[in-house]
Amino acid sequence: MLTIKNLHASIEGTPILRGINLEVKAGEIHAIMGPNGSGKSTLASVLAGREEYEITAGEVSFKGKDLLELSPEDRAREGVFLAFQYPVEIPGVSSTNFLRTAVNQVREYRGEEPLDAVKFLTLMKEKMKLVEMDQKLLSRSLNEGFSGGEKKRNEIFQMAMLAPTLSILDETDSGLDIDALRIVSNGVNQLKSKDNATIVVTHYQRLLDYIVPDFVHVLYKGQIVKSGTKELALELEEKGYDWIKDEVDSNATV
Amino acid sequence: MSKDNQILEELTSKEYEHGWSVNYEADEAPVGLTEDTIRWISTKKEEPQWLLDWRLKAFKTWEAMYEPKWANVHYPKIDLQSLKYYSAPKQASKPKNLDEVDPELLDIYKRLGINLNEQKRLQGIAVDAVLDSVSVATTFKGTLSKLGIVFCSFSEAVKEHPELVKKYLGSVVPMTDNYYAALNSAVFSDGSFCYIPKGVRCPMELSTYFRINAANTGQFERTLIVAEDESYVSYLEGCTAPQRDENQLHAAVVEIYAGAHAEVKYSTVQNWFPGDKEGKGGIYNFVTKRGICAGDFSKISWTQVETGSAVTWKYPSCILKGDNSIGEFYSVAVTNNYQQADTGTKMIHIGKNTKSRIVSKGISAGKSQNSYRGQVQVMKRATNARNFSQCDSLLMGDRCGAHTFPYIDINNPTAKVEHEATTSKIGEDQLFYCNQRGIATEDAVALIVNGYAKEVLNQLPMEFAVEAQKLLALTLEGSVG
Ligand SMILES: Nc1ncnc2c1ncn2[C@@H]1O[C@H](COP(=O)(O)OP(=O)(O)OP(=O)(O)O)[C@@H](O)[C@H]1O
Ligand SMILES: [Mg+2]
Repeated sequence: MLTIKNLHASIEGTPILRGINLEVKAGEIHAIMGPNGSGKSTLASVLAGREEYEITAGEVSFKGKDLLELSPEDRAREGVFLAFQYPVEIPGVSSTNFLRTAVNQVREYRGEEPLDAVKFLTLMKEKMKLVEMDQKLLSRSLNEGFSGGEKKRNEIFQMAMLAPTLSILDETDSGLDIDALRIVSNGVNQLKSKDNATIVVTHYQRLLDYIVPDFVHVLYKGQIVKSGTKELALELEEKGYDWIKDEVDSNATV
Repeated sequence: MSKDNQILEELTSKEYEHGWSVNYEADEAPVGLTEDTIRWISTKKEEPQWLLDWRLKAFKTWEAMYEPKWANVHYPKIDLQSLKYYSAPKQASKPKNLDEVDPELLDIYKRLGINLNEQKRLQGIAVDAVLDSVSVATTFKGTLSKLGIVFCSFSEAVKEHPELVKKYLGSVVPMTDNYYAALNSAVFSDGSFCYIPKGVRCPMELSTYFRINAANTGQFERTLIVAEDESYVSYLEGCTAPQRDENQLHAAVVEIYAGAHAEVKYSTVQNWFPGDKEGKGGIYNFVTKRGICAGDFSKISWTQVETGSAVTWKYPSCILKGDNSIGEFYSVAVTNNYQQADTGTKMIHIGKNTKSRIVSKGISAGKSQNSYRGQVQVMKRATNARNFSQCDSLLMGDRCGAHTFPYIDINNPTAKVEHEATTSKIGEDQLFYCNQRGIATEDAVALIVNGYAKEVLNQLPMEFAVEAQKLLALTLEGSVG
């Protein structure tokens, strides 16, 4: 579904991603871990099409298409979803209104009829249950004044509404309380199918108890320096990143 | 909710959609402005002597005045002698009811989406349609007159209710008020008149729809609204003009009188032709709007959505004379390309416990200049006056300008005046967030801007709010990305 080859990206002349290779197949869950500043969010942003980043080398194909050629909105319409590490506030625009616009633009792109108000509300009610979303939040301005946890939950609610093929969850777990973590993870699991794939970026192995990954990758200094199965996450939890850093840095000096 | 999306779907046409004009036979005053022009207009309208005298006095006043220069707008000098001051569609005789109105004129309004046929109108809105300088039709007169409400063209009011016109004309905006008000007083051709008797709540929205059609003609209409004690009325004003290369002058006067416990809501969606992308053409909109809360516990509320005109100069104001009276001003002013707007309000607190609230949302894009100019004045005897002002500016791109000129003049120590101002840019983060959910940039801008202006748009009656949202989006198309 997603193939990333030798991806290099920089911002304002500073290289951040320095040769990422990753293959994600339909039905898989990949976890990406790594120390702060290693480039996890950058990778997510680049995949979603954020324009500040300059792609200096490499290629990304998504469902056979050249992803890097598509505008951010077309990537979304093709099925790429990013749950933001820091969701943005949009004053005066209700979540409901925002989502209705989004859902219908995606539908239009796929040649489907727009949902009328009744159908849209029905869909919304159904997806709200999935992440136990409070209706009151949805009539408020999008993310404005939402608590950290409410914002994260809202991201997953939006994901449920848009039913993407590839979801990238950037530290969705941080800020969630214990119950919310369980609820949100449950939601993600229910949305999982053999046709879609998920990339979860996280610092904590705890999340991976709920959302069990097929692969775990460690990103460091803009490269995937180690890949493994879910046991790798346990090992990281126990030992931290130093041993990996040492491995990489000593190799670099050789 | 369904409303918003409908709007987004309609975001297809990029140009000013009312830019067409129609050829019809017109009765026009000769070019130029002299005492004779004024006599010509007055004769044409079969006016009583007192009104001609009033006009002539205004003309004399105007001749001694200079064009104001303090506003933050720049435009070439307008040659007032090259304009025509009266243009009226020729009708065989004056229509008595809608069936007698020239179908071609009704058609013009139909093209604007305004159906003047009463039976066909679903919403209870009474409309007075003003084309160029004169009113062509007023709907729902019968229903309203049963309640004692007068809603008709200004000229008709002069004939049918001279005592009311005489009493209130110029009582809120004196002819000496300013250059354009004086000019209007001398040459005004028509407009709307509305009278709500004591204790009556007007059961429907009253609406005037202004359309400029003729070329090289100044449009000078006058609106007078009188709300007697304990009455209520909500009044709407909409405007469009054809697209022309030359600039056209529009200088209107609106006067509102509110008696004790009366409430008047005045909403405007201004969509005069703004000029093209290079700044060619467009309407010069120099308008004087003022209301007086004459009685205790009265309330006047101005809501405006300003999207059109090449140059806008407009300060709907409230004189809070009655004790415990309330004045409100809610405004969204959008400028794009080379548009210039200098708009705001004046709240003059005279009575005790008077309150005013100002919410101004400026949006500038392209190379436009958008200024808020507001004055809060608290007079000596106005104990416990309260004012709250919120002036926000939203910038799109870095070639436009937003300016705020608040003037505060307090002469009573018990006054409490609060002023808040913010300037923001539409964030890349917000746009990217919308894009990431599949929303195209243009639509994202419309969404964000409508969210920003929501507090003001919420003040508008429903149907107007829809039109206003659509206009905001249309005005800003192509301004980002
Ligand atoms: N505009 C910028 N100019 C220079 N450096 C930048 C800019 N934006 C981001 N960076 C740097 O890019 C690096 C990668 O950032 P990124 O947000 O991708 O890290 P991350 O792995 O997501 O970290 P965290 O775990 O803290 O979320 C960081 O060192 C960051 O400071
Ligand atoms: Mg990050």
